Amino acid sequence: MIMNTDPGSSAVLSLRNIHKRFGGVVAIRDFSMDLGAGEIVALVGDNGAGKSTLVKVISGVFPPSSGSMAMDGNAVSFANSSAARRRGIEVVYQDLALANQQPVYMNLYLGRELRNPRTGLLDRRRMITESEQLVRDLDVNLPNVRARIRDMSGGQRQGVAIARATHFARKLILLDEPTAALGVAETAKVESIIDSLRARGLSILMISHSLDQVFRLADRITVLRRGQQVATRDANGTDKNEIVSMITGLH
Amino acid sequence: MNSAKVWLAEREAEKWVLYLGFLAIFAFFALTLHDDGFLSRRNLVNIVLQTAPATIMAVGLVFVLSAGEIDLSFGSIVAVSALLAAVVMREAPAVYGIAAGIGTGVAIGAINGAFVAYLRLPSFLVTLATMGLFAGIARSLTDLQSVPVLNGFFTGFFGSGSLAGIPSLILWTIVAVLVGHVILKETRFGAHVLATGDNAQAAAVAGIRVARLRLSVLAISGGCAGLAGLLYAGRLQAAKYTLGESDLMTVIAAVIVGGTALAGGRGSIIGACAGSLLMGMLNNGLILMGLSVSEQMIVRGLIILAAVAVSMREISR
Ligand SMILES: Nc1ncnc2c1ncn2[C@@H]1O[C@H](COP(=O)(O)OP(=O)(O)OP(=O)(O)O)[C@@H](O)[C@H]1O
Ligand SMILES: [Mg+2]
Repeated sequence: MIMNTDPGSSAVLSLRNIHKRFGGVVAIRDFSMDLGAGEIVALVGDNGAGKSTLVKVISGVFPPSSGSMAMDGNAVSFANSSAARRRGIEVVYQDLALANQQPVYMNLYLGRELRNPRTGLLDRRRMITESEQLVRDLDVNLPNVRARIRDMSGGQRQGVAIARATHFARKLILLDEPTAALGVAETAKVESIIDSLRARGLSILMISHSLDQVFRLADRITVLRRGQQVATRDANGTDKNEIVSMITGLH
Repeated sequence: MNSAKVWLAEREAEKWVLYLGFLAIFAFFALTLHDDGFLSRRNLVNIVLQTAPATIMAVGLVFVLSAGEIDLSFGSIVAVSALLAAVVMREAPAVYGIAAGIGTGVAIGAINGAFVAYLRLPSFLVTLATMGLFAGIARSLTDLQSVPVLNGFFTGFFGSGSLAGIPSLILWTIVAVLVGHVILKETRFGAHVLATGDNAQAAAVAGIRVARLRLSVLAISGGCAGLAGLLYAGRLQAAKYTLGESDLMTVIAAVIVGGTALAGGRGSIIGACAGSLLMGMLNNGLILMGLSVSEQMIVRGLIILAAVAVSMREISR
């Protein structure tokens, strides 16, 4: 094992001084964080605080304006989201990133469709059976993986996006409001999926507006306010009141 | 979400309207034009022969629309490709003419695509501009003169020839439709075309190279237009700047009626082929009915309007 004096070197993901500007708008200023294996960090903040932007910087959708990223101690920079995916990073985007007129199973395999090795053509049968297996394993309430996304409820769509990310994630999973459209039972289900991902040793960065949920799941909580990283706290060492006052800026 | 609904959706049930309309129009012409020879084998074969170039353009257009783009310039590409092929074949063997025709189509389509993919210009505006641009080039290439195609191999291969009793124009149509169908429905590329037309952002974050794909579909459309140009040149034994000029509306209508979504994400090559045959049958029947050209245009316009309205309603249900 290689020892390193940099505290971030053992982290699965470490961010140092990330800035992101859109023209004149500063969406994120000076964000730093380390995320270890099997660790859940919650990112909280009001609407427009820059949470989704940070997710997209990590997943290679946007390049950071400045700052550095490392995985397992090695500097990385992702030219696009495929590059991040190749490093084992999967994302549930806030807008879910689903193709609505395509069937569920094609969305689960979007961009990495299975092919018959002999013909090179799509192996729909295998994608369908593996999708059915996946949906059953995660206990997603989806009667038919051959149905189109546009015929699904909001919660079912969210289930598809979560199933896709959990199936392919190897290192790190970024969840941008994964339970926003879900009912009580479905939310509990997703939370138990998140727990099992942690048990698998995956690192998780989750965004949620529900502080109850954040305290149920997260090991640490980091607060963004108007692009500024206000503070990071151990979940055990803080409470809802403190987090709320950091989110709103009122004391 | 019951399985019956999935079963219908997978079989693209909305296209049943097209097939019903097809049968209704066929039955109407068969009854009213019985004595004018509508049902004669010769006439029916003729309909298929005449629609061959339009069907092949439609195959290309399905890819473009499925990807959420549009091509208005394919008619002009037909003329440029056919003319260049004909000019090349004045001196050179048919292979060079064929390569020139298809190559020109693909290259011009790729130029459209480069503007759309890399300069991020809307395909509607790009191909609206190049439609005029390429039509002008076609006119100036040979100074409005038509170029005869005397190469016997070429005119057989793309026009009057046949294999096992099946005319070459029909063979080309079958090949284009089958190849197009398999690529769109059974390959990763086809799946990526549909996903990009459906939700380009989702496709991009899923690692699909959206820009390259947009360039590809417009190049495919250009290539199909090039092939259509060769079919025209082979059948008419000449190339002229007017080739493809009047196909724009017919081909777009054929594709939309065939169940391809104008806004992308949904495409059907088989449907486009049926739509194209429907348009051909309509042309043929209206001529046999003895309508004047202006009457034909009016009736055809109205029928296309109705057909498109019905198929769009079914799709957006
Ligand atoms: N592509 C973009 N171009 C320009 N500005 C952007 C872009 N994406 C986000 N922004 C801006 O960056 C800021 C942060 O947006 P972001 O979506 O990250 O907020 P958020 O914390 O996820 O909010 P919410 O809780 O509402 O999802 C906002 O001011 C937004 O307008
Ligand atoms: Mg957000």
